[in-house]
This record gives sequence, structure tokens and C-alpha cells, in this order.
Amino acid sequence: MERKDFHHALTILTDVCIGCSHCMRVCPTEALRVRNGKAVLYENRCIDCGECFKVCPVRAIIIEQDDLRQIFDYKHRVALIPSVFFGQFSDKVTPAAVHDSLIEIGFTDVFEVENSAEMLSHAINRYIASPTAVKPVISSFCPAVVRLIQVKFPALVDNIMLLKPPLDISAVYYRKRLVDAGAKPEEIGIFYITPCAAKIAAIKSPVGEDSSEITGVINMDTMYNQVLKNIRHKSNDSQSATQPFIKGKSLMWSLTNGESGHINGNCLAIDGIDSAIEFLEKLEGEEVTDIDFLEIRSCDEGCAGGVLSYGNRFLTVERMRKRSKQMGTTQTAPISGPGTDMWDLYPYLLQRIPLVEPIKPRNMVKLDEDMAKAMKKMERVQRYMCFLPGIDCGVCGAPTCRALAEDIVQGKAAISDCVFLQKNMEHSRKLHPDHSYRIMERIWGKDRLQKDCNKLQNRNLES
Amino acid sequence: MDLSQCFNNYFAMHFKYEIQGGDFTNAGQASSQVKQVLKQLNVDPKLIKRVVVCLYEAEVNVVAHAWSGVIDVEVNTERIQIVLADKGPGIPDISLAMQKGFSTASPQVREMGFGAGMGLPNIESNADEFRINSKVNEGTTVEIMVYLSQA
Ligand SMILES: Nc1ncnc2c1ncn2[C@@H]1O[C@H](COP(=O)(O)OP(=O)(O)O)[C@@H](O)[C@H]1O
Ligand code: SF4
Ligand code: SF4
Ligand SMILES: [Mg+2]
Repeated sequence: MERKDFHHALTILTDVCIGCSHCMRVCPTEALRVRNGKAVLYENRCIDCGECFKVCPVRAIIIEQDDLRQIFDYKHRVALIPSVFFGQFSDKVTPAAVHDSLIEIGFTDVFEVENSAEMLSHAINRYIASPTAVKPVISSFCPAVVRLIQVKFPALVDNIMLLKPPLDISAVYYRKRLVDAGAKPEEIGIFYITPCAAKIAAIKSPVGEDSSEITGVINMDTMYNQVLKNIRHKSNDSQSATQPFIKGKSLMWSLTNGESGHINGNCLAIDGIDSAIEFLEKLEGEEVTDIDFLEIRSCDEGCAGGVLSYGNRFLTVERMRKRSKQMGTTQTAPISGPGTDMWDLYPYLLQRIPLVEPIKPRNMVKLDEDMAKAMKKMERVQRYMCFLPGIDCGVCGAPTCRALAEDIVQGKAAISDCVFLQKNMEHSRKLHPDHSYRIMERIWGKDRLQKDCNKLQNRNLES
Repeated sequence: MDLSQCFNNYFAMHFKYEIQGGDFTNAGQASSQVKQVLKQLNVDPKLIKRVVVCLYEAEVNVVAHAWSGVIDVEVNTERIQIVLADKGPGIPDISLAMQKGFSTASPQVREMGFGAGMGLPNIESNADEFRINSKVNEGTTVEIMVYLSQA
């Protein structure tokens, strides 16, 4: 049995799932299977990258979020906004208008997450200069990458920098600001507008921290709709006096090269989950030298490619680039709420930037905790591989032949799940055709082998 | 096809790889496969790293300095033993070759980012046991042992 240790933001709606196996085929950690005609998740393998969410044709995979109305439980309702959120909107909708909309929707305070980027970049530069830092230092920014390393590249956990990402620092900062201005801690609700599932998972079960500073999470696509509706209903253009304050360079932090651009030394920026895996494989073999800092993002173009983005990622990047240029290096008027210069709180924040707990590997590739047992299992996997066809067709309900062989030794599947072996066994009369038919039904669901003119791929055709 | 046939012929945890001199494109394949195996065996990541460093450096040495070679890897619960035997020019002065920074790598090899002269010293410091034998104009044999059951 898989033990459930980790919170996942992704849920598979079994009623909606049509068992098309698209998700299983794209999952980078082989965390999905098809059983009984439905996608099934091996929870401990999932890194919340959201690749499955992107390809589901019927939206059977959803990303949980908190109810927006929950913000009204708090007197101080802080919206922590990632810069990519402002980049979702067309040029006509200015960041100031978005900001005002958020206030109208009900937030009392709006703060752009990347405000803390500048301070963090100082901390990172100190971190990588320290002789104890394991090089190359890998950014802790993208929670999907942190989890990927934990489950698939356990030898590299020590390379992950033990510093909090901008989100956590901004939350710490804003809470402190409000408390210093007289707010009661229990009256403060800090809500993050998230571009992805990974950030939600990181908030609900943090790595390297005992608890999160964030009260709740609202999905970016939901918030996008809310803001757009609010702006449409307005008769005249918003002429806000309040400008979100941020330095131009900081707001690019979540994009490719946005973080590494702040870091001294040799830096490399890698985006996209496949590129991330390719590079980490290489790094694990220590073929990489002379690199001080690695910025790795699970999504193409960084968070602009987050699964909850409404906008096209390239357009989002372009808009953010434009805004970044406009903002320049000077800070403009302050944000809503008691915002002044963050550097006033430098000593307080600096103490709170390091992660308090080490990041532990949780190797999910292992066949057994016990090495002798793992060795026996591996021997069996190798034997099964002699028989499996090696074409990774997925008809057994596992993404690859090797994944099936591993499932078999873990008692999660049977060798007769393979169609090739079924044919073989039928041929040598070791398996009755009725039985092999039932096996297929067990994997793909009852009636799946029947004629069906209403399949998704057919639905839009006229009949 | 008969199941029992395959079951009997199978020899556990023993891997063999062939390497061609000059084939930098495929250098590192053995170490990356051995790495996958050790991960699946739940070997401590720190030990895996040491094994991979040793094997990778030794593999690259065959590619960079020899004509062809064979890698033999044997794993049991106690240890991993790696033997690399190559046909090649051999090493005339082993103690010199073992010195940090000593390298006879050609300019082309250096251009590809190899030849820092740290390979053999790295192997020595990462292996629990390390032996090297060489005959000029015949070849070099490197034996690496890493104990897996260390606390
Ligand atoms: N398998 C080998 N065959 C021949 N010569 C070798 C072999 N391995 C190492 N050497 C010699 O030892 C030297 C030092 O090796 P090493 O420390 O790995 O540094 P590098 O490979 O960077 O030169 C090499 O430059 C080469 O002259
Ligand atoms: S979120 Fe990523 S790791 Fe998790 S099941 Fe989906 S594709 Fe796999
Ligand atoms: S790159 Fe950004 S949006 Fe994508 S998973 Fe990582 S943190 Fe989330
Ligand atoms: Mg070498």
C-alpha cells in the first residue's frame, strides 16, 4: 500500500474521468495508473507539477482551492499576488486597475509577492558565498522541482538552497507590518493567488518549515475571472492613486532567468519539467562543474507557464517585460495598507529567510526499504523484462513495461495484465480467452471493449 | 517461450558494459545506469554519489586515454565492486598519474572539458578500496570497491 504522507492539491474526479490514459503518459514520475477505467494516483510519487492537469481532455483533474468567501472571516484580508497575475491581463487592464479590483472584491491589502525578491537575492548571494554551501546551489523557488529532487534525485537534496522563496518572505513581512501597525494576529488572513498546484501543496504541507505563513489559497484562474468581471462592470476607467510598488527587475523573478539574473557567479536557468529532469540526471553523475547556482522551474517560461494561467505564457512574459522596463529601478507609490520600505525590517526578515528544517530525500524509486529485499525484487523485475515487449504501449494500465514489472513485484499488478503475454498464454493454452477479456475489463472498465460511437474523440462529429 | 528458462539463466546484480576509446558521446552511460540500479536498491544517496563519481571518472579515462575497454560491475548487499579493464597505451608512471592536476590529455580532449587531471585523485578519495595496474602499450586495469553497508 502507498502510505499517504503528502498533501496533494490535485484531485482526480473519478466520476468525470473517462480513463483515456493521457495523464498517465505525461506524468514525469510515473505516478499514475489506469484501473477499472479510471486514473489512479500513487500519492507518494506525485510532485504536483500539474502536467496531468494540462492534458486531461475532460477536466477530471482539478486543483483544490479555498473558498474566496473565507477571506471575510478576517478583518485584515491580504492578497499576496504573484507578478505573473498582472501579466495575465491585456495591456488595457493596468496593474493599478487590477489592484483596485482586488480591493473592491474584498481584500483590504494587496501585496506583490516579488517585493521580497531583492532582499532574498542578497540572502542567496551570501548563501552561495559560504564555504559550506553544496554547489551548484539549486533554487528552492519551485516546489515541484524541490519535490522532484526529493523523490527522484535524493543525492541532490543537499544542493537545494535552504532559503525560503519570495512568497514566504513576503507573508512574514506583511504579517509583521500589520501587527506592528496594531493588528491582532488572529485578525490577519493572508491569501495567496497561486499560478499552480505545486505552490498549494507546498503551503499545505511545507518542506523545510514546520508550518506555513499563508492562511489560504485562491487559484489564479478563478481570481482572473473575478477581476475581469469586476472591471467590466465598472463604468469609468479606474484612476487609482495606488500603484503596486515593486522594482522592475524584481517582478521578473518567477520567469526564466528572472532569479538567476540576481545571483553572482556562474548561473544557469532551466525551465520545463523534462529539461529539469534531463539536467538533474546529468548533475547527479557529477558531470557538471563550475556552476554556482541553478534556477530550475517546472514550467516552460517559469510561472508564466503555470497550469492556472489563463494567458498565453509568451504574451505574459512580454507584458511583464514591458512593465518591468516601465517600473525601472525606482519604487513608486506604496501599496494599499501599511507598506513602507521593506528594508526597514531587514534584520527581522533576514533571521526568518532560512528554512528551519533540512530537506529530506524520500526516494520513491526504491524497490524496498531493505537492500537485500530490493535486490531480490530487482532480480524479478529484470526477469519480467525478458518477457515484456518493451514497447511501452500502456495497455496494461501502467505507463511503461518497466513500470508494470515494478508494479508486479510490488504486488500491484499481474504479469497477465500485459496484452502480449496474454496472447502468448492463450496461444500455449495457459489462459482462457474469457479470462483475458476480464483482465482487460478490470484495467479499462466494464463495457470498455464494446462499440461506442460517443467517445470523446468522436463527440463533436455530426452523426 | 518458457518462463523457467529465463529464470535460471539470470545472474543477479552483475552488469557489463563495453566502452570505445574516443566515444565521448556515450561516456557516462555505465555510471548513469549503475546509478539507477543503486537508487532502486535504496542505497544511501551519499554512497551512490561516491560510486558514480568513481565510475564516471574511470569510464572517461578509458574514453579519453585508451582504445577500448570493458566495465564489470558486481553488486551485493555488502559492496559494489567495479573493474575497468582497457586496452590502451597504459600508464608509465602511476604515482605521477595519481597526482592532482597531472594530465596528458590532448588539446582536443581538454577543449571538450576533460583533462583537469583530477580523475584518478577523485577516484582514490571516493573509493573505499582502489587498485590500479598498468602495462605500457597493453592496457590499464582499475579496481574500485565501495562498501554499501556503512552507517
Ligand atoms: N585508462 C588509462 N589509460 C591510459 N592512461 C591513463 C588512463 N587513466 C589515466 N591515465 C593517465 O593518467 C593521467 C591522469 O588521469 P586523471 O587523473 O583521470 O586526469 P585526466 O584524465 O584529466 O588527464 C591521464 O592524463 C593519463 O595520462
Ligand atoms: S501532478 Fe505531475 S507528478 Fe503528480 S500525477 Fe500529475 S503529472 Fe504526475
Ligand atoms: S514554475 Fe512556477 S508555476 Fe510552475 S510549478 Fe514551479 S512554481 Fe508553480
Ligand atoms: Mg580523467
